[in-house]
Amino acid sequence: MDDPRLKIRTFFAQRFRGYELNDDEDIFAIGFVNSIFALQLVMFVEKEFGVVVEDEDLELANFNSINAITALIDRKNGGTD
Amino acid sequence: MSIQTVGVVGAGVMGRGVSQVLSQAGLNAILVDVSDEILDQARLEIKQNIRLQRMMNKTAPGETTDAVLQRIEFSNEYQKLERVDFLIENVTENFEIKREVYRQLDVICPDHCVFAANTSAIPITRLAALTKRPAKVIGMHFMNPVPMKPTVEVIKGFNTSAETISTAQELLERIGKEGIVVNDSPGFVTNRVLMLTINEAIFVLQEQVADAETIDRLFKTCFGHKMGPLETADLIGLDTILNSIEVLYESFNDSKYRPCPLLKKLVDAGFHGRKSGRGFYFY
Repeated sequence: MDDPRLKIRTFFAQRFRGYELNDDEDIFAIGFVNSIFALQLVMFVEKEFGVVVEDEDLELANFNSINAITALIDRKNGGTD
Repeated sequence: MSIQTVGVVGAGVMGRGVSQVLSQAGLNAILVDVSDEILDQARLEIKQNIRLQRMMNKTAPGETTDAVLQRIEFSNEYQKLERVDFLIENVTENFEIKREVYRQLDVICPDHCVFAANTSAIPITRLAALTKRPAKVIGMHFMNPVPMKPTVEVIKGFNTSAETISTAQELLERIGKEGIVVNDSPGFVTNRVLMLTINEAIFVLQEQVADAETIDRLFKTCFGHKMGPLETADLIGLDTILNSIEVLYESFNDSKYRPCPLLKKLVDAGFHGRKSGRGFYFY
């Protein structure tokens, strides 16, 4: 079973060249990303992991760190709606 | 006049943004374009932008993304505009194309419908003359990206009535924007001065006075501009810039508006800026 965390780390590694992003680091707070990137991130999550990001999931808190994104994917795949 | 439904003609960058803000303000919009492919892309992009705004805004929105999107009707039929109260035209920045569009709209749209031309440089008076309702034709120059920019340059054509200006201002207020009224003149205020600045910056680059990054950096750090002229050109689209400066050149017959050869070359080469992946910078 693929660990989503690894794929997410790769996604960021490809975009944040030369910066070691920690799993719990807030990507918006460190100032690297803008709103366009946020949208690319949502689309990546949907396409790569086959989850549907609903309106209520569309909060910065669900996408602002590797941990947050991994937790969202776990909830969508494992949890009941 | 109570505006219920707004027609948006042209589903390019501006048409998409205008449709989005209309629908987010609770109005119904009919987005018309000749190309089904462009309409499909528009639907997708508008949906993503609504979702993006939802994510970036901290306030809880009252409606679902789908509810907002449902207020926009996507169509390739001009005939659908027969029931609109107000119309915003954003087709290609080209007079001949607009001529044909206004001819059709004048026949299809109801008599009370205001035509707002979202043009960046074509004189409103000239567009109004294409119709039988010049008093109801006004310019509404939205800025890009439409959802983020709070101000719209509103242009009073020679024959535009006070009532039309008032209707336009009310609509803008409803969608959370402020209209600033200017008189009709090629390029109005914003584009005339901006195109000249951008064109001159391209001359500076062509003459190798400085490279692109340096030119932009000087504007940002010396003047506090958010973006330098060449970055701005890439955002607007070099083909649009060239179109606009050519319109200014023809309108004023003043050589100060002659397009920089480097700009023409880049446009010929297909480097149209952000939308084509390359302009003065790579994307």
